[in-house]
Amino acid sequence: MFATILFFVFAAVLVGAALGVVLARNPVHSALLLVLCFVASAVIWLLLEAEFLGIVLVLVYVGAVMVLFLFVVMMLDINVEQLRKGIAGYWPIAVAVAGFVVFAMLNVLVARRLGGLALKTAPALPAGYSNTRALGEVLFTRYAYPAQVAAVILLVASVAAIVLTLRRRPGLKPQDVAQQVAVRAADRVRLVKMPAERRP
Amino acid sequence: MSAFNPVEFNAGLALAEPEIFLTLAACAILLVDLLLGQASRRVSGLLSVLALLATAALVAAHPVEGRVVALGGLFELDRMAQVLKVATLLIVAASYVYSTDYLARRDILKGEYFVLGLFAALGALVLISAASLITLYLGLELMSLCLYAMVAFDRDSGVAAESAIKYFVLGSMASGTLLYGMSIIYGMSGSLDLATIAAAAQGGLGDNVGMIFGIAFIIVGVGFKLGAVPFHMWVPDVYEGSPTPVTVFIGTASKLGAFALIMRLLPEALGAAQGDWSQMLTVLCVLSLAIGNLVALAQTNLKRMLAYSTISHVGFTLLGILSGTVPGYQAAMFYMVTYTLVASGAFGMILLLARQGFEADRISDFRGLNARSPWFAGLMAGLMFSLAGLPPFVGFWAKLGVIQAVLGVGDTWLAVIAVMFSVVGAFYYLRVVKVMYFEEPVDTAPLGGSMVMRLVLSANALLVLALGIVPGALLAICQRALT
Repeated sequence: MFATILFFVFAAVLVGAALGVVLARNPVHSALLLVLCFVASAVIWLLLEAEFLGIVLVLVYVGAVMVLFLFVVMMLDINVEQLRKGIAGYWPIAVAVAGFVVFAMLNVLVARRLGGLALKTAPALPAGYSNTRALGEVLFTRYAYPAQVAAVILLVASVAAIVLTLRRRPGLKPQDVAQQVAVRAADRVRLVKMPAERRP
Repeated sequence: MSAFNPVEFNAGLALAEPEIFLTLAACAILLVDLLLGQASRRVSGLLSVLALLATAALVAAHPVEGRVVALGGLFELDRMAQVLKVATLLIVAASYVYSTDYLARRDILKGEYFVLGLFAALGALVLISAASLITLYLGLELMSLCLYAMVAFDRDSGVAAESAIKYFVLGSMASGTLLYGMSIIYGMSGSLDLATIAAAAQGGLGDNVGMIFGIAFIIVGVGFKLGAVPFHMWVPDVYEGSPTPVTVFIGTASKLGAFALIMRLLPEALGAAQGDWSQMLTVLCVLSLAIGNLVALAQTNLKRMLAYSTISHVGFTLLGILSGTVPGYQAAMFYMVTYTLVASGAFGMILLLARQGFEADRISDFRGLNARSPWFAGLMAGLMFSLAGLPPFVGFWAKLGVIQAVLGVGDTWLAVIAVMFSVVGAFYYLRVVKVMYFEEPVDTAPLGGSMVMRLVLSANALLVLALGIVPGALLAICQRALT
């Protein structure tokens, strides 16, 4: 019972925050609301006993991805008013299309309940069930092939990011650590013998 | 869900030999490229072509009978997969041969271009042999991510950056829609496995409204990836804005991947709901034929014209798929394979005519080509005739096949529309021929292109004629691929 109440509370927070992401005028607010979305869905995962996924969602998405997003959004200094000018003429069409899609989707999802499919509750998990262990077991056995493909996708992402952004500019003076380590005192310090001056 | 068997898994690795080889080769080329100087960049290109040819040989070396599933039920190999894989690999290899000079002139000849292309080809292979929604999606994303980066490869070009952003944003939206559709199908059938979904659809879920809901999202996603109207907005801009070698890639290899995607999702997994998705595809098909052909009439840029022509050819391919019969699927596959062959030749011609600071992507740039090079003007005319669907070129047989397929299921009105719009289409293809033969050249510079490129391009165009005269062999391959 308590879990059901928690579920509805966090589901409501999730839906509200998701609407906020799209509707907020300020992109920084949008990004912060997206963080709230991630946290709320992490809690829903925790309720389903998927602890590992829930924690990874908070650590990776909230901790790393969204912080980066926030930095980018704050640095870009987007002029929202100027962006809005272009869209202004299209909103009646957008509202009409979106309204039709929402109507059609509600018709299938709510009125016809996806063709009368019975809703099932998640089966209770055995005591001592470890989500991390279960994930690890399928990831490295049954799903080893897609895990490898996902690894290739990550490799492609890093290759593409480097090739699109790395520029070699002439005239830069970067540190060369090897050269710094290999330096000897004789190269840098010159001892000059000077006769001491006599006091007049 | 059967228990995992390591022995079986390891035995299945032999079936994925081409994919494993291509992955290792791409990583090796990435490392070798580091050691090469700027002067010997072409070596990476050569190695990549060799890797692609070796992978194609590995695929062709072990023909399979029927459908073999391996790697924990996530990978499948059948004749359709093998034919599409060989076609994709050869087309990518040809596009590398065409693009090396162009990239060198634009000062973007880097090893990473070839490596990204190899990974995109790998993505297409994974997609083509996917037996599960997971591998299907991962393969598609691997291919698309490489293509986004390749479109932006000329990073000093504003137009390329703009089209890369358009392609990325619309492509991500399409992926999201596809994923939503897949999640609904998963929720309804309880499985990610294509065969299990097919069984569930057969067992009464087929015309459930929820299933149709999922199919609608899947068709939107696939429509985006194929570039069918009304999801075609990105096609002309991306074709025009990308560097021409990348246009070849998007116009050919990625279309073969998208064809595999639609074949795996619709006839294979959701065959029981054929009546529903046929209706949706009919709308896409008629709109693609109409808008593709009519808007192409108004284009002065050859790359844009070919983009709209792609849209119309996608319409023709859908004609075969929506018939929902095995001969229809065979005709659609023949159409897609031969279309990519013709398109790679046509884009190759643009690359041949391009020079330093000159793109040769307007139709007027082909003015008087006959006076400059009768051989290549003849080949280009052949390619245009094939796109228009005139005999004795292969495009004629492809169009004949799909039209026969819709006539076979009694959709005479669709066949009439298809023929009508292919007559409209003939006008703009023949305009290119007219410009080449009946107008005076304004530009008398000799044609560029290395000897190898000229040879491969000639072979490509002659193959279009040869397959038009003796289409039997390729038709038989496509018929054996899908039974």
